[in-house]
Amino acid sequence: MGLADIVIKLVLIVIIFLISLVIAMYSTYAERKIAAFFQDRIGPNRAGPWGILQPLADGGKMFLKEEIIPTNASPFLFIAGPSLAILTACIGSAVIPWGQTVTMGGHTFDLQVTDINVGILYIFGVVSLGVYGVMIGGWASNNKYSLLGAIRAASQNISYEISMGLSIIALLMVTGTLSLKEIAEHQHGWHWNVLYQPVGFILFIVCAFAETNRTPFDLPECETELVGGYHTEYSSMKLGFYLFAEYINMFISSAVMATLYWGGYNYPGMDWVLAHTGPTIGPLIGTAVLFAKIFLFIFFFMWVRWTIPRFRYDQLMDLGWKVLIPLAIANIIVTGLWITFF
Amino acid sequence: MSTFYFIAFLSIFFSILVITAKSPVHSILYLILTFFTFTIHYILMNAQFLAVVNFIVYMGAILVLFLYTLMLINLNKESEPRKSNLVKIAGFIGGACFLITIVAALKAFTVSQPVLLSNPNLGLVKNLGKILFNEFLLPFEVSSVLLLSAMVGAVLLATKDPKTA
Repeated sequence: MGLADIVIKLVLIVIIFLISLVIAMYSTYAERKIAAFFQDRIGPNRAGPWGILQPLADGGKMFLKEEIIPTNASPFLFIAGPSLAILTACIGSAVIPWGQTVTMGGHTFDLQVTDINVGILYIFGVVSLGVYGVMIGGWASNNKYSLLGAIRAASQNISYEISMGLSIIALLMVTGTLSLKEIAEHQHGWHWNVLYQPVGFILFIVCAFAETNRTPFDLPECETELVGGYHTEYSSMKLGFYLFAEYINMFISSAVMATLYWGGYNYPGMDWVLAHTGPTIGPLIGTAVLFAKIFLFIFFFMWVRWTIPRFRYDQLMDLGWKVLIPLAIANIIVTGLWITFF
Repeated sequence: MSTFYFIAFLSIFFSILVITAKSPVHSILYLILTFFTFTIHYILMNAQFLAVVNFIVYMGAILVLFLYTLMLINLNKESEPRKSNLVKIAGFIGGACFLITIVAALKAFTVSQPVLLSNPNLGLVKNLGKILFNEFLLPFEVSSVLLLSAMVGAVLLATKDPKTA
């Protein structure tokens, strides 16, 4: 790997990082606009035209608010919690293939930071690490509501990680590889995994909702029972980090779902487009298609949030252990039989 | 090689912190860091699959459950059980035996020959899977049955006895 390659990788990392942050920022705006639409309101419309500067105003407000660390909190862990939450949210994007190989000015490079051959498992590991941010922050606040929120988050994540892993196993049986790049290439020409694994996809999206703590699985921050849940004691940008991490997680899990099940950067007729636009613009169109799919999923996340009320805690556990896990195991068995006989 | 020594130093440093930390929750957090350094060791040995599985299973699942339990039982000074003299004597004898073992092991200490793998890519998923399901199929299946029996035992212990309930 020469110097040019390293510079290209660094630029790519910075670009992906910035894109994640900007998308997370504007997800908060989109969420408020969509909520307003669902509730027949106008939504934020003061800062800039159509209120598009609202996220910047929110960010400025978050930075300028007074920062409070409770007297009996453990200070280091209190700060480590939100930092860990945002860190684990950001590192998941490293293995996602954002597009095909691009040729630009004599250089060819992949639109993927690194293609490790255990890509899916890496994402899975990052997801399972994400719960520590919530747990550490909730415990360090030294507040019963925070602690209960943290404990809910932990048990929920552990429960839904199992069915998520099982749904991925069925997917791996179909694709035969753990590398996200190869999975994306496999789906070229309408071989989208969602057509082969519809049940697996439904399991995966339900688990993704649970892992990102989104409604109807947002029990860790259930305000009717727990004040603010695990971030009750947080103020200023530390609170902002927790809220921001949720939106980044939403973006990353949408990207993962689009890549694993909905064809990634593939779209109908892409060979024709690629042949007519050349090796520089063509792959970038694929990237644009991937982002369109990601935005659809983010919209779906919000749509569900403003439509469905939240579960009771026992219902959540019942769904995870008594419905999703048996369904995921049945899905594996059916997939195995299908692969063996057809 | 210097990377290895640095990571090995970190592993030992964090494991010492695990046993010296006053608060049990801090202790678990240091244990998480220790396991993280183990993951780096696996990566240094080119065992990517083992690394990521260690990451998911130990750091992501088992230690979360440890932390979960510790947060729930809320250990503090008052609830700490008083240790009787018998326990202290037993602890002393156990520690002395361990010390003797370590000294004996150090006496027989020689620098071992580095083990060279016939296939340096053994740790990659494909090769590992082929070896597990061809050469070591029986031990692999037996160990899964062992895990299953442990699981059944745990469920049996957790369910209430119908006679007493």
